[in-house]
Amino acid sequence: MSSIEFRKDLFADEREDSLKEIGQPTIRQDILGHVTGRSPYYDDHLFDGLLHMRCVRSPHHHARIRSIDTSAAEGMPGVRRVIRPEDVPNNINTLLALINFGKDDEALLQGKKVAYVGEAVVAIVAETERQARDAVAAVRVDYEVLPHVLDVEEALEPNAPVVSETYPNNTFDYHELYDHQKLRFGDVDAGFAEADHIVEGRYQMSPIEQAPTETCGAIAAPETNDRFVCYTSTQALFFSLGTTAKLLDMPSSKLHFIGGTVGGGFGGKVDSLHEPLAVLGSKLTGAPVKYQFDRAEEMQVGAPRGGERWYIKDGVMNDGRIVARQFTGFFDCGAYTRLSSYAIIKATGHLPGPYTIPNVASNVYCVYTNRTPATAMRGFGITGVDFSIECHMDKVAEKVGMNPIELRIMNAYRDGDMKAHRRLAKNTALIECCQVAAGKARWPISADAAAQSSLQGGGQERANIPQTTTDDVGKIGDRRRNKIPTTPGEGATSKGNVAAGTVGTPIVAVPPQRDDMNIDPSRTGHKRSMDGATPSAPRTPRPPAPAYTAPTPPAPVAQTPNHEPVPPPAIQPTPPAQPEPYKPSEPFQQGIKRPGVSRFISGTRRR
Amino acid sequence: MAKVPVRFTLNGSETAVFVNGGENLLDTLRRGVGDLSPKWGCGQGTCGTCTVLIDGEPHLSCLTLAETVEGRSLETTGGLANGPDLHVLQKVFMENFGAQCGYCTPGMLMAAKSLLAKNPNPSRDEVIEAISGNICRCTGYEPIIDAILTAANQMRGRVA
Repeated sequence: MSSIEFRKDLFADEREDSLKEIGQPTIRQDILGHVTGRSPYYDDHLFDGLLHMRCVRSPHHHARIRSIDTSAAEGMPGVRRVIRPEDVPNNINTLLALINFGKDDEALLQGKKVAYVGEAVVAIVAETERQARDAVAAVRVDYEVLPHVLDVEEALEPNAPVVSETYPNNTFDYHELYDHQKLRFGDVDAGFAEADHIVEGRYQMSPIEQAPTETCGAIAAPETNDRFVCYTSTQALFFSLGTTAKLLDMPSSKLHFIGGTVGGGFGGKVDSLHEPLAVLGSKLTGAPVKYQFDRAEEMQVGAPRGGERWYIKDGVMNDGRIVARQFTGFFDCGAYTRLSSYAIIKATGHLPGPYTIPNVASNVYCVYTNRTPATAMRGFGITGVDFSIECHMDKVAEKVGMNPIELRIMNAYRDGDMKAHRRLAKNTALIECCQVAAGKARWPISADAAAQSSLQGGGQERANIPQTTTDDVGKIGDRRRNKIPTTPGEGATSKGNVAAGTVGTPIVAVPPQRDDMNIDPSRTGHKRSMDGATPSAPRTPRPPAPAYTAPTPPAPVAQTPNHEPVPPPAIQPTPPAQPEPYKPSEPFQQGIKRPGVSRFISGTRRR
Repeated sequence: MAKVPVRFTLNGSETAVFVNGGENLLDTLRRGVGDLSPKWGCGQGTCGTCTVLIDGEPHLSCLTLAETVEGRSLETTGGLANGPDLHVLQKVFMENFGAQCGYCTPGMLMAAKSLLAKNPNPSRDEVIEAISGNICRCTGYEPIIDAILTAANQMRGRVA
């Protein structure tokens, strides 16, 4: 509890202090079960005659299946049922079909073409896990190995292997129009032209496995009322229920799903892979069936946070103001869509980070590769691009010779500013966060930076929507045929302008499909123009940030006129040793730089 | 596969169970005896959530052959509380937010109990060493370490 600080001096209007429960530390309501070992995780439900399911998995990144021979496995001891792809009643789905987003692209058991290592082909139900494993080893699958692609940019080459026939361009189709999610705000080319410096960077984030201590799994059993009960580790109970009903072509009223006690998820337990197979196994055998990832499957087959690659190009003035920012982003979606398409919408809505920049453009691609499909993990869609943006801010600070925290304070959004997705910034607090962080890290910032406030200096000119230059480059299929560059604006064949102004005219690439998908002006944070935008309105360059006079309540930072970044003093004379100064212009070293840096990797293990 | 009888003391109660040859202790406790407090996390001795005490020493039950505990004394988190009265460790884990998903907690508690039985006044580093075989993906370990140090203080009769 002691590590949480409530800064009521900064957020005085956020919450009453007198509330009885809200804002008060409390003991988790489920923790008594945790400390007594009685919390009912899915695997803590015991069934007599429980059968075990294991899957035959693809050893190849990409291969056509010529034939599947299960005859040897069927006669093996303990084997109750071999489930082949054709045994799945409706063997095609996409996770977001439940919210009508994207096309069905993934089979529960793949019978035609595997697209990643570990993709399930056949499921075997046996009396013991050992027998199921032995039978899995006896299944013969004849593969015709195909060329594969593991890199997002290689997958966009015209001659790259097609990962999924549902998306033959290796990109998710956005709005049934583009091969990427587009963001245009202002005119980045004009911004780069007026800038004193151009700072470019490439940032690559690896896939990250959620690695919950409890692996993904489910137990399904027939109930006496012609329903199936399913105890599951899912984080998304009704997702799993709907997905199971769809794949097994059965009414959801026949399914009784019980979840809620999850042994760690972090996003990796939303994919609903286990519940449909467990219920299908139970239906076909009439017995309780457990389908559980072992640890190796959890790491290899369990969907990770997808790898992301970001290219950022900034136009910066000598005084540190960022006047243009351009992104080209690639999400490694893996072989099937799962949730990556949605993560990109989130990421695009987040650009250009918590900064007020008058010219922003981005192209973000959801790219199919022959890797494990990616899924949710803790802020997915945001984390990777935030990592890139903040690395890039340091790089910009180095370029213009500025204190990196002061650079952030100078460019931070303030209440009333217009964000690139045309919503007014509200309840902003980046400036205050920077000031407090500088104080905690004993990192000196100037008196001027320490006096800034998110509440002042925003709005007015900064609420203007600039004249926006648009393009329609990157229609579905064009890139693959014509090798169009991925960067925003490049290879543009037609450009249009959307007028500047302080009012928001909603701009979307395609008309909404239904009336209720029209933008609701009351929710957009700004008023819709009554008379329509005037196309000839001149583009007003963004003025420099006005001088601020009203100081904030004193912030606990060391106020010193010294603008030079000073490394924080070493707190202890003992390890860790003084880290090398961070130089954003130098590439990252991979792996752990200093062995033994983590106290939790001790190298010793009790017997 | 022939079944073999195994007798041991579990949380103070005499217990006898038939096991398959080669069966691991975790399966025996969970499926055979019905003590579900030790959890399965990896089956290969890396996560520590299956930790139980055998004659007071922490062992990974997923890597322990059930037949080897014949005649020995076993303790699990299921036996930590005395009826409705929680063990000090359980109380401090609750109060210090020492668990989120709770899946590693039974193993953590066993590792902590063994440590405090041998060393009533551990240093922070000794606590870290004692739970270094137990992986927690939620808490970041700090609340767990604080809880164990608090428990050590309380068990020595002092209030933290």
